[in-house]
Amino acid sequence: MSYEVNGKTVDHDEEGYITEIGSWSEEIAKIIAQAEGVAMTDEHWEVIRFLREYYNEYQIAPAVRVLTKAVAKKLGPEKGNNKYLYELFPYGPGKQACKIAGLPKPTGCV
Amino acid sequence: MAKFEIPVLSEEPAEDVPGIAVNAMAHSRPFVAKPEHNAPLGFPGALVDDWQEKALGRMGDLLKRFRSLRVFLDSCVKCGSCADKCHYFLGTGDPKNMPVARQDLLRSVYRRYFTLPGKMFGSLVGARDLTQDVLEEWYTYFHQCSQCRRCSVFCPYGIDTAEISMAARDIMDHIGYGQKYCNEIIAKVHKIGNNLGLPGPALSNTLSGLEEDVLDQTGHDVKFPLDVEGADILLVTPSADFFAEPHVDGLIGYAKVFHQAGVSWTVSSYASEAANFGMFIGSYEQMHKVSNRIRKAAQDLKVKRIVFGECGHAWRVAYSFLNTLAGPWDFLDPNYPVPQHIIEFTTDLIRRGGVTLDKSANAGMVLTLHDSCNVARGARMGDQPGGQFVLPRELIKACVPKYVDMHPETTHDKTFCCGGGGGLLTDDLMELRVKGAKPRVEALKQVMRNDGVTHMASLCAICKSQFTKVLPYYDIDMETVVSIHGLVSKAIRLGTNHV
Repeated sequence: MSYEVNGKTVDHDEEGYITEIGSWSEEIAKIIAQAEGVAMTDEHWEVIRFLREYYNEYQIAPAVRVLTKAVAKKLGPEKGNNKYLYELFPYGPGKQACKIAGLPKPTGCV
Repeated sequence: MAKFEIPVLSEEPAEDVPGIAVNAMAHSRPFVAKPEHNAPLGFPGALVDDWQEKALGRMGDLLKRFRSLRVFLDSCVKCGSCADKCHYFLGTGDPKNMPVARQDLLRSVYRRYFTLPGKMFGSLVGARDLTQDVLEEWYTYFHQCSQCRRCSVFCPYGIDTAEISMAARDIMDHIGYGQKYCNEIIAKVHKIGNNLGLPGPALSNTLSGLEEDVLDQTGHDVKFPLDVEGADILLVTPSADFFAEPHVDGLIGYAKVFHQAGVSWTVSSYASEAANFGMFIGSYEQMHKVSNRIRKAAQDLKVKRIVFGECGHAWRVAYSFLNTLAGPWDFLDPNYPVPQHIIEFTTDLIRRGGVTLDKSANAGMVLTLHDSCNVARGARMGDQPGGQFVLPRELIKACVPKYVDMHPETTHDKTFCCGGGGGLLTDDLMELRVKGAKPRVEALKQVMRNDGVTHMASLCAICKSQFTKVLPYYDIDMETVVSIHGLVSKAIRLGTNHV
């Protein structure tokens, strides 16, 4: 199972999460987003970039509360809430945004 | 929105029995665990060559080990009492989701190899060979049981389908045919300390962020301590409480209650998980290993008490099995229950006048409660029978202006599973989860319609995530589901009357 991008293949698991975080690129993000039916805007990219920065530091995606605070700072306080994140990523910011950002899927009771 | 049909809801909850839809859910299977998920648990990486022999060997071991399993497999008289009691049957119409039929998947093999009539007369007495088809059927339908034990409430013999489903999953794990969701998560607990895989530094960052938020919002310096040696209380809570909505509102509520009570407490980064998925896969060895992380954390941090956060099956494991799994707890303060539930802690504080709650902070909210299956049927709270039903309701009523119970056939010990329990809260089972939520959603819609209910409280991380995800399929807002301690968090008046 893999994505094709610029003649290269990038492996993903049964659910479309890429298996090597290092093989991520903006091109792959666009391909995953398209498969998910998410039309990427600047706001989407802000979230994706924050997720990747946070992951690089902590080896896990940020908690939803951490993410909403970061979004409030970057995009304005009226957007710093879970509802807005669901508007951007209808399947849920935790999972769909992580998939597009090339991060592993959050597991557990979430 | 969905690639499957959303069930049509009935106006009258718990009365609508669906027509039979043979094999309606035969296609529903979770992802199979890969070698990297199985190895850390000591299970074979993939289906072993001599799987049939190994499966029967394991079944024989379990029958020797658990007398209950043999009794359950022997005693069914096919009376039909359970047939319309499973939420997955009610939501899908698939007859193999009738508890009796689910049990028969294992019972037929038990008969064939472990009873004299089955060995002699085979299919004449309902016995079946363990073939590849039977194994696939096990995998499919034992992952359509959330081990909620509602059916056992109605069984005149007390047969517990959950134990049969746990045994089946254990057998499959022992031949390398386990489920990815559960095994991947248990491996993360062994490696990192929680289901999410949230490492210590991320946990620390998350908790200090919450301290800032609460200080900003209330002006009170409420702490969220991590790994504090010598604290009185170790809080063991589902890692979803650190991560997800509406779970985190509950965590903030616990912290405010501890703050108000003036007790010292801490979270442990080593045992940063209340959940114990060892129960879902029927593995006493895994339950034991996961539970012992709590013991080690309690000893290392030299705490006097252990308090559990809002997590359904964790409370069953903690309340009913913790002493056997990880006891004795003689190093803890004997003046307090071991373990104690956060709802017991908070209601006790209210009764002693140690906290002031202001219902007007939750003005406009009309609450109902989803009794979580493992709390309702697998544990108790407080010091009287039924305390697990009384205390959560008492606490909610203290926080909100109005409370309404759902249909009596769907609450207390007859509560329906949320549809995502027992290791099924995974995206690859979304159709099952949506359909399995049908009986609960019917009862919820009824009180929304008739009594103006605006929110449904839950005391389980799985229920909260499940409802947040599936309620929108039924045109109910995802924010309808709230944490009980999320209500406490809003209503509590900080800085008043210390006990």
